[in-house]
Amino acid sequence: MDEFKTIGKSVEKIDSISLATGEEKYVDDFPLDNPLHLALLYSPHAHAGIVRIDTTEAESMEGVVSILHHGNTPDKLHTTAGQGFPEPSPYDSRIFDKKMRFVGDRVALVAAETIEIAREAAKKIEVEYKLLEPLFDSERAMDADAPRLHGDDAFAPIPVKYDPAHNLAAEVEMSFGDLEAGFREADLIFDNTFYTPYASHCAIEPHAAFARFDERGRLVIYTATQVPFHARRIVGRTLDIPIGQIRVVKPRIGGGFGGKQEVFLEQLVALVTWRTKRPSKIILSREEVFANARTRHPMRTRLKAGAKSDGEITTIELDCLMNTGAYGSHALTVLSNAGAKVLPLLNKVKNVHFIGRSVYTNLPIGGAYRGYGATQSYSAYNQTIDMVARAAGVDLLEFFKKWTIKKGETSEVFRVLGEGKEGVAQIIHSCKLDECIDRGAEAIDWYAKRGRRIEVAPNIVKGVGVACSMQGSGIPKVDMGAASMKMNEDGSFNLYIGATDIGTGSDTIMAQIAAEVLGITPDRFIVLSSDTDLTPFDVGAYASSTTYISGQAVRKCAMKVAEQIKEVAAEMLDLPIEGLFLDNGRVIDDVSRKAVTLDDVCYYAFYTSNQRQIAAGASHFATESPPPFIAQFAEVNVDIRTGRVELIKFVSAVDCGQPLNPRLAEGQVEGAVVNGLSYALWEEYIYDKNGRMTNPSFWDYKIYTAADLPEMATIIVGSYEETGPFGAKSIGEIAINGPIPAIGNAIFDATGVRVFEAPYTSERVWRRLKEEGVTD
Amino acid sequence: MRGEFRINGAIKECEFAPEAVLAQVLRDNGHTEVKIGCNRGECGACVILLDGELVNSCQVLAATATGREITTVKGVGNLHEPHPIQTALAETGAVQCGFCTPGMVLAAFYLLSRNPDPTEKEIANALDGNLCRCTGYVKIIEGIKLAAERMRANG
Repeated sequence: MDEFKTIGKSVEKIDSISLATGEEKYVDDFPLDNPLHLALLYSPHAHAGIVRIDTTEAESMEGVVSILHHGNTPDKLHTTAGQGFPEPSPYDSRIFDKKMRFVGDRVALVAAETIEIAREAAKKIEVEYKLLEPLFDSERAMDADAPRLHGDDAFAPIPVKYDPAHNLAAEVEMSFGDLEAGFREADLIFDNTFYTPYASHCAIEPHAAFARFDERGRLVIYTATQVPFHARRIVGRTLDIPIGQIRVVKPRIGGGFGGKQEVFLEQLVALVTWRTKRPSKIILSREEVFANARTRHPMRTRLKAGAKSDGEITTIELDCLMNTGAYGSHALTVLSNAGAKVLPLLNKVKNVHFIGRSVYTNLPIGGAYRGYGATQSYSAYNQTIDMVARAAGVDLLEFFKKWTIKKGETSEVFRVLGEGKEGVAQIIHSCKLDECIDRGAEAIDWYAKRGRRIEVAPNIVKGVGVACSMQGSGIPKVDMGAASMKMNEDGSFNLYIGATDIGTGSDTIMAQIAAEVLGITPDRFIVLSSDTDLTPFDVGAYASSTTYISGQAVRKCAMKVAEQIKEVAAEMLDLPIEGLFLDNGRVIDDVSRKAVTLDDVCYYAFYTSNQRQIAAGASHFATESPPPFIAQFAEVNVDIRTGRVELIKFVSAVDCGQPLNPRLAEGQVEGAVVNGLSYALWEEYIYDKNGRMTNPSFWDYKIYTAADLPEMATIIVGSYEETGPFGAKSIGEIAINGPIPAIGNAIFDATGVRVFEAPYTSERVWRRLKEEGVTD
Repeated sequence: MRGEFRINGAIKECEFAPEAVLAQVLRDNGHTEVKIGCNRGECGACVILLDGELVNSCQVLAATATGREITTVKGVGNLHEPHPIQTALAETGAVQCGFCTPGMVLAAFYLLSRNPDPTEKEIANALDGNLCRCTGYVKIIEGIKLAAERMRANG
């Protein structure tokens, strides 16, 4: 695909210098005229009813302006999940509730002249609780005698199974083939249960929002969000404010990873400002981000597989129990993806059953998190495949190459399993997973290290492991993105997109796509994204959708603009439009080689004859969701005496279709990998016996720093996806799927011991080594 | 209370509470390039140079910093005259969300002023106090290496 001029080039991210010099503004960087500062009071109990709330003393404090709680706020049930409408997540949340469902649930909000006064006043609110039996064990959640979290009024807004009486936030089931027959055919049965823990997104910018009125009395909300249009809708519907009275602006965002696909602060600033007529703002502390915002849903994954002695898998039975915590944000869709993004990979398996359940517990709230269920489930899937290949005496790489889905093939799973409804059948148009496997294997030197248990020092043994995965590119027949564009006299263009750049570089990618169509350089575009007053709609930054969905909208929009430019040029040159093409800032006639510049075209259109604005808009939704593919390799040294896992090298080889901007694509992979590495080795929520998180800080919840990195290699294996913009598929999420299983498989390769519970801390690995008699 | 701060070479008089930390006082006085990611000295988003030493400004009482030399990322280089560290980070794709970048730039500036030819490991160790969740650090290290090369070449 060498004919591209801009696509495939590592164009510098358009905001990188302004970010690196500290010029760009995030939510908390905008000056506000005399704002109110907001502080939340949280429940100290995991499960309790509020019997009485007395704000008298708090309200009497000088500087306290307003206190909100369940007694004086709208009690409309909604979901905080920033998804399309009606959301596939249950309506089980209120702005404030009288029932507390986890340590950290919201009791009240104080609006005051300073943040110090607001925090002090929050402590002075007297609350009398009636304690209820808490539920912490997700395995017990559906028992008849388990404490019940949600009442009968909670409901699912779409027709799916939802049973709050049994703490069931979502259930997904899918089957094809004949499970029993598959097991009968099998010579080997593998039945194992794996665990992945709670985790925090750890975007370095904490959640933040402010609201103010504009000059005409409309409510303006600036928020650190991945979903500005959903935020506008959810605020409007929850507070009964007309959507036309609300403007949501997304400035620069300091990382999201799914954590900001959630609308839970916008209602607060909107309500305070709506009532007090004063600007108001809320910035969460790091502790609040950990304990009160959203998390990765922990999952218990039981995977039972039957295989013939040569390794052919006849049957897969996947049973996922997902803990959604106190509220069911993304409870159905993350769960669905634990099957839908995973089971198609081995598409030759004829008998498949998937059952997933999301259950409520009195623990922090789950939510969207990069990888979105696939990460949890792939941990079990890839380690089971390792077991099968080993039992059959087949090299794991050869196993993957033989049994994974190929170009031109399909999987029944695509058709059967959607998000709260049937899926969408699709054929794979692009897949270079085999090449990813080969190139990754070479980079890690697989055959020199695999199965050799090289003792690099006394009691320290080397192992290598691999994991393969796929993701999607947007949600088919659901996600929509739109763009509009107008031309200026110097041949520059304003590009308005709903797409939400949260640090990913999508503003740059969209400019590259438009530039490719119009035959100019990306710096000719002035990109404005995610302002509900100024840009067209987009569902937002999630589901690996931006490049594939929003990018296609930009491409369509630019093609319309190109047509208009050619029309004007044809008029100017008095030549037929058919022979004209755009290149290097000019419109050229293929035959006569006569040309006009884009500047000339715009001046002519504005001022000379048949005057008009060259401008267009377009939107796009997809009927497919082509998966990117990845092979990821880990090399570890395991200390047999202590269980310490030292990560030596990590290799990712990925097929994301045509990489539109290779450096930014690599950056997506590297960021996801390193997040995944510290999730695999260190990250987890730790609770005391009352359900309080005991490690809500970067001191106690360690994430990787630069000094912790292993040797890293990222290999972009280009393919061409015919349904994507200039051949592109997604890249944002997929690379977080590999670290847990690749490292788990490498630990086994070194020690012969399987560790079923992540993260692979020294203690956990040591306990397993001891259990298996490898160490004493 | 009031105090004079020397910020990026300019003298600024600020009013602040006795218990106020420097990061917040800087932000309240227009220096929003100083980011706050944790307010507990854990993430490094707020680092500045204080009399040439790299510090987490969220852990410094503003009252102890009056009269001292404060350098924020804008004192290293600005939009119109960016420093080679800033341009190298931009070119290598080391800036994603950018929230950690001011701190990274200052940590790199501090390192390169003491060690103009660091190894990758020395760069990684120098960034130990600066968390980034977007990039995986790979391109940040590459960017700082490139900046170091260019700075050495230009004396």
